[in-house]
Amino acid sequence: MADIKGTQLIHEYLRHNKKFPHVFCSGCGHGIVLGSLIRSIHGLGLSKDDVCIVAGIGCSGRLAAYVDFNTVHTCHGRALTFATGIKMAKPGMHVIVVMGDGDSMAIGGNHLIHAARRNIGVTALILNNNIYGMTGGQCSPTTPAGANTQTTPMGQMEQSFDCVELCTAAGANFVARGSVFHVKRLDSMIMEGIKNPGFGVVEIMTPCFTQYGRKNGFKSPVEMFHALKKNVVKRERFDEIPEADRGEKVPSGIFVQKDTPGLEEKFYEMAARCQGGK
Amino acid sequence: MARPKKKKNKEIFALGNEAVVEGALLAGCDFYAGYPITPSSEIMEIMAQRLPRIPNGSFVQMEDEIGGLGAVIGASLAGRKALTATSGPGFSLMQEHIGYGCITETPLVIVNVMRGGPSTGLPTSPAQGDVQQARWGTHGDHSIIVLSASNVQECLEMTIEAFNLAEKYRTPVILLIDEITAHTREKITIPNEAEFEVFNRTLPTMPPEWYKPYEETVRGVPPMPAIGSGYRFHVTGLTHDVNGFPTSRPDEVRELNERLFRKIDQFLHDVQIVEEIDTEDAEVAVIAYGTVARSAELAVKQARDLGVKAGLLKLKTLFPYPRKATEKLMYRAKTIIVPEMNMGQISREVKRVNNGQVSVRTINKVDGQIITPAEILKVLTRV
Ligand SMILES: Cc1ncc(C[n+]2csc(CCOP(=O)(O)OP(=O)(O)O)c2C)c(N)n1
Ligand code: SF4
Ligand SMILES: [Mg+2]
Repeated sequence: MADIKGTQLIHEYLRHNKKFPHVFCSGCGHGIVLGSLIRSIHGLGLSKDDVCIVAGIGCSGRLAAYVDFNTVHTCHGRALTFATGIKMAKPGMHVIVVMGDGDSMAIGGNHLIHAARRNIGVTALILNNNIYGMTGGQCSPTTPAGANTQTTPMGQMEQSFDCVELCTAAGANFVARGSVFHVKRLDSMIMEGIKNPGFGVVEIMTPCFTQYGRKNGFKSPVEMFHALKKNVVKRERFDEIPEADRGEKVPSGIFVQKDTPGLEEKFYEMAARCQGGK
Repeated sequence: MARPKKKKNKEIFALGNEAVVEGALLAGCDFYAGYPITPSSEIMEIMAQRLPRIPNGSFVQMEDEIGGLGAVIGASLAGRKALTATSGPGFSLMQEHIGYGCITETPLVIVNVMRGGPSTGLPTSPAQGDVQQARWGTHGDHSIIVLSASNVQECLEMTIEAFNLAEKYRTPVILLIDEITAHTREKITIPNEAEFEVFNRTLPTMPPEWYKPYEETVRGVPPMPAIGSGYRFHVTGLTHDVNGFPTSRPDEVRELNERLFRKIDQFLHDVQIVEEIDTEDAEVAVIAYGTVARSAELAVKQARDLGVKAGLLKLKTLFPYPRKATEKLMYRAKTIIVPEMNMGQISREVKRVNNGQVSVRTINKVDGQIITPAEILKVLTRV
């Protein structure tokens, strides 16, 4: 980040022919993720032409339209399938997938675990606000037990997914969790994720005051940021907290970092052998 | 259109499904993604063998057909010529992505080897039950091209045609074949390069700063650069303006929706492929497609031998429905017979064109068996 700083840097990457304002509510965390993503791409010195942002459907999916990369806004839950095609077709491309919690783990849950198992070389950012933001605040697979949502008016009764454990179990090469409060750490996690070969996931805890906070005891978006500050703790510290005292706390940091080559690398190696006369 | 000569060309003994692969590779297909399903699986299996052996070829088996078509769209956006093949249940799963292909104007080819339905139906028996689904399966008003093939040679030729039309008009193209042709093995001729045309999507010639991804052009089809080629633009399934960004402005919405129809409708002569057999003086004519057209061809010959002035209009394009060719047939013929392995899906189109001028008879069979020449002949000689 040598010459240009802060907002100036962000403007370098925003599309000037895109009609603003953006769609996000004030207090939404999604824009912070976009800032972090831009700083990470800039920090890695990637050329805009070599970056492809593939987004799902949800408030989170709207990120793609604003930035001056190759951008594809796909169907609800299916972003990873499009990304798989792009990466297999253009293995040199840095393919970054932006999804919501419902997008990635409900309707797109099967694609998520298979992308992890297949180890396709794309980096998935999962913007987890524990709710379906775009459609008006229905329960998502990460809505905590007891929470009040439009479809759980008496409180959420199901178990929720732990994104990190899910992706780890499915075999992802890189698994991390950060938050939009801890931005510096988030920047470095996203950078690590993009650099790592194979399938990477960064789960990003982010507040949705409009559809979640208001109905679950938060007085303002700021309070939700305070909660993130308190509850998203480094995994080393988390491990030290006695289980009974953990409450709403979740561990953050990098949980998995393997260097297994991505599917696309393995495929083209195999193809080169086939074409070299077996 | 591939018109194979008899001499010197390579001849092979192939399944319909194998011929699809040969046609796809001749057309420049270099990407396959899909999910196995009877009776289409051979297409995928042979692609797994062949694609790694061609420069830049790639193949991936996805977790379901939604994923298969998603990967195909991604690859096409990245500049590849991409194919997926499936059958009924998988074709149903693909519907949302077909609409995405339509609105984003992504060239791609889907081969649907029709089997008996609904649901899991008859996995190893032929049917023609997906014809209207191919036209209207995805939600929203849209235009699309649907082709069919009635023998193994046509599987090769129509797959080439499918890729060419997809690239020319920037649209998904669906090729419908049925279980019988897919699993029939017969001798086919591989055309050599000079004998058929390969069409590739038009690339932009203007510099990236000037490029508007969905701007009107003379043909109605905007040029399409590959992802990563320096033209950075936005692709979305939301209704978009000429820059590719979401819009709900009525004038912009109308412009996009109308262009999506116009770009195909103003070139019907190019898109609608039919074959006429003995139609010039036909008083009773059969309109057929797929394997049933093969039965019909024989039935028409036999009827001629019996002195009946019979003819056949073989549809190779099913949608946009070949209205002109049907009207022409109706000037002379008094009776039109439409045999189909469904309860009447193309006959609806025929009746719409007919408007009460001639008598339209249907032969419908939904027992998992082909309609035989004898069954068609019986109707031909009775009217
Ligand atoms: C097939 C399909 N089903 C449902 C929807 C409606 N829908 C749009 S976004 C969304 C949920 C979004 O929630 P999430 O993925 O968590 O993203 P967020 O808006 O919270 O960022 C749903 C259900 C859709 N677009 N497509
Ligand atoms: S509804 Fe929630 S997720 Fe969507 S923009 Fe508003 S705050 Fe963000
Ligand atoms: Mg959400």
